[in-house]
Amino acid sequence: MSERTFGDTILAVKNISLSFGVMKVLDNISFDIKQGEIRSIIGPNGAGKSSMLNVINGFYHPQEGSITFKGETRKRMAPHAAASHGIARTFQNIALFKGMSTLDNIMTGRNLKMKTNIFWQALHIGPARREELENREAAERIIDFLDIQAIRKKPVGKLPYGLQKRVELGRALAAEPELLLLDEPMAGMNSEEKEDMSRFIIDVNDEFGTTIALIEHDMGVVMDLSDRVVVLDYGKQLADGLPDEVRSNQAVIDAYLGVPHE
Amino acid sequence: MTNLLNDNTLDTFPKLLLKHASQRSNHDAIREKDLGIWQSWSWAEAAAEVRALACGLASLGLKRGDKLAIVGDNRPRLYWGMTAAQSLGAIPVPLYQDSVADEMAYVLDNADVKIALGEDQEQVDKVLEIKQRCPQIEHIIFDDIRGLRDYDQAFLHNYETLQQTGRDFDQQHPDFYQQEVDAGSGEDIAIMLYTSGTTGKPKGVVLTNDNCVITARNGIIREGLTADEEVLAYLPMAWVGDNLFSYAQSYVAGFCVSCPENGATVANDLREIGPSYYFAPPRIYENMLTQVMIRMEDAAAIKRRVFRFFMDHAAKVGVKILNGESVSLKDSLLYKLGNILVYGPLKDVLGLRRTKLAYTAGEAIGPEIFDFYRSLGINIKQLYGQTECMVFICVQPDGEVFADTVGTPAIDVEIDIDDNGEILYRSPGVFHSYYKNPESTASTKNEDGWVLTGDAGYFDEKNGHLKIIDRAKDVGKLNDGTMFAPKYIENKLKFFSFVKEAVLFGNERDYSTAFINIDLDAVGNWAERNNLAYSGYIDLAAQPEIYQLVKDCVDKVNADLAKDSRLGKSQIHRFLILHKELDADDGELTRTRKVRRKFVAERYETLVDALYSGIDECHVKTEVTFEDGRTGMLEADVKISNAECYPLESSTQEAAA
Repeated sequence: MSERTFGDTILAVKNISLSFGVMKVLDNISFDIKQGEIRSIIGPNGAGKSSMLNVINGFYHPQEGSITFKGETRKRMAPHAAASHGIARTFQNIALFKGMSTLDNIMTGRNLKMKTNIFWQALHIGPARREELENREAAERIIDFLDIQAIRKKPVGKLPYGLQKRVELGRALAAEPELLLLDEPMAGMNSEEKEDMSRFIIDVNDEFGTTIALIEHDMGVVMDLSDRVVVLDYGKQLADGLPDEVRSNQAVIDAYLGVPHE
Repeated sequence: MTNLLNDNTLDTFPKLLLKHASQRSNHDAIREKDLGIWQSWSWAEAAAEVRALACGLASLGLKRGDKLAIVGDNRPRLYWGMTAAQSLGAIPVPLYQDSVADEMAYVLDNADVKIALGEDQEQVDKVLEIKQRCPQIEHIIFDDIRGLRDYDQAFLHNYETLQQTGRDFDQQHPDFYQQEVDAGSGEDIAIMLYTSGTTGKPKGVVLTNDNCVITARNGIIREGLTADEEVLAYLPMAWVGDNLFSYAQSYVAGFCVSCPENGATVANDLREIGPSYYFAPPRIYENMLTQVMIRMEDAAAIKRRVFRFFMDHAAKVGVKILNGESVSLKDSLLYKLGNILVYGPLKDVLGLRRTKLAYTAGEAIGPEIFDFYRSLGINIKQLYGQTECMVFICVQPDGEVFADTVGTPAIDVEIDIDDNGEILYRSPGVFHSYYKNPESTASTKNEDGWVLTGDAGYFDEKNGHLKIIDRAKDVGKLNDGTMFAPKYIENKLKFFSFVKEAVLFGNERDYSTAFINIDLDAVGNWAERNNLAYSGYIDLAAQPEIYQLVKDCVDKVNADLAKDSRLGKSQIHRFLILHKELDADDGELTRTRKVRRKFVAERYETLVDALYSGIDECHVKTEVTFEDGRTGMLEADVKISNAECYPLESSTQEAAA
């Protein structure tokens, strides 16, 4: 495979600090994500990884620092602004509509792409009908892409965990995001499911050019997938660099393996 | 339609395709479920696709006699790849899509493949790996570009781009395609299919256009198939059956073939298409039945009672009604009511509501499974076939369907049985040769065109149907000289749910005996329901109640055998229930779960001796291998039981002889 090249910075966070009361969750974090790369945020439990993701998509509002997304610098991001500007995410704990089918769940991801209002959609005529067909086709392409044709009409709640994770990825993809935030997409999976999910992440990046920010525990997976890695520990930024650099960084090794207390 | 069947000038698949494209241009030729919708191509559209691809292949240098490997799931584009190659007089070689690179390498090398057509990245990666070892592979074509965008090798071609090249080529040489198609003839080689090779390396079976077209046509005539059939192409393209049912017969009869969305959606796609003509190996019919039964167990009590009542009624009269025999008015009306309430909806769930003809073959099918489908009104029939003759040797005629025969010879097929009981046949479908293997060709096919099947069998005197009993090399003789066919009897035993495995002995002995392996699930369940306490497999296997249970099964088999003039002497005199399950880890079974008879006989020599010595209990010590590879000793006292033997029913053998 040829050397991977990336575009301009799509998102940069600068000097982000976030506290809940006296708890300092993020302390002066700065890093950037380039167009087209797979960027991982790693760290032990409680390092502040998910909080970082929540800051990026505007769910948490940091006390200090700024977020620059597609050239626009903000003090804070609002979730609806994040979504409408091309950020989509999945959740550590699956957040799907359990009673709805795979197809319907993915269709909800198309919501922002629909322009007709609920009145026309309810009547299902004219432009609303056309729009429904277009969006159905987009959803079907995602179903094909993720190889979940066999569960298209199954209620999501009845599916095994690994498949639910895949459906969640599908819903995020349905928004056709420029930046996709994945919060532990492989948590609780067996090694075969992990391999499948890794394949899909690479394919999404490859096929649609989607920029991906990934939180993951499994170091093997992270090192194989990522172009660059940020390491957090207790809210502080320990390291930032290529997987190999991070792997050999003493502070990172200590954070993961612990240091002897003598 | 009929004029197409009688037209002998249509002797190749490309000619048949062009004929359908001109005469029945708007009828559907092939369908594929894509993006959740069934997409169809008419015969005219299919012909245009094939023409573009053929010209593209020609521009890559594919010539008469060259080989085009095709590997992937059932996809219209891959089927078109076959016709495109055949248009140029090149030979398609479909491969099993799940074979690993090493297995594939042997075939690609042996077949001298020049161009490979793969479905997706998975297949392309395998061929790329092989290409380093097989330099004769010049080009690789792929259908689905996903994951392949970064591959920049010059010998890799996108299917669509190649078709565009073909269209340009076609414009510059407008007569080329038609000339190539016209140059093809019935004697030309149509396809090479590799046998799975359970013994030794796979062999490439070379079949001519005549082999394929005439056999397909004969099958259509015999069953009265029309251009309106619906067929689901879901079995591997490399298997001769798929080539016959989904390709050859579709081209000859002109019916539409549907390709499922993917392997996991077959059951659903089957339901949506509702094929009128269907093939499945016995395993699939078994699975469908099991699924239904499990779901019925969970149904509400009233539904279960209705289901039970009508299924009992179907068991009583369903087969008779299907065979066209007369039943009482009351039974007939009740069956019609059952059709509305149970049989119809059930067949709909199975996807077999419109099925006029369902075939099964490959291995023995349990009589109760067979009767279940037939009693629902699904005309399921057994056939007997081989790759070496494009499938058809024997087919069961309508109304003469028996669980233990394979029917009467197919049209134009002659059958003979040699002195060793081995079946020979001769037909228009008999293969040209094994590719680059004159020794095997000579040992399988003689100068007069008779082919040795390797199977032993005989014609049943009562109905004139062929009965397959065993592989010819496994058939032996009892000391009194009568035939001993262990597998035939073992299969009969295994049809009982309590019997998981059976091993018969009797070759060069006075009488036959059997080792039985009980099925822990079925027997354990029976034990629970009958308040029989047991601690484990060994304990359960030694219980006198279980011996009685198994004895009933053996007795029934013996009673059945007594009706059979040839095998009646093989009734099981004594049997024992083995103290352990036969296991592939101990080398007792092959990895495909076939009993290694010789090995078992040597390993349990003391038990075999005990079966023939008249004692009724025997102590054995057996070394067993656990799953983690450690070994241990298993000791048990195994009881030996006598079985009921029945006098032979009036022997018709002399009369026949």
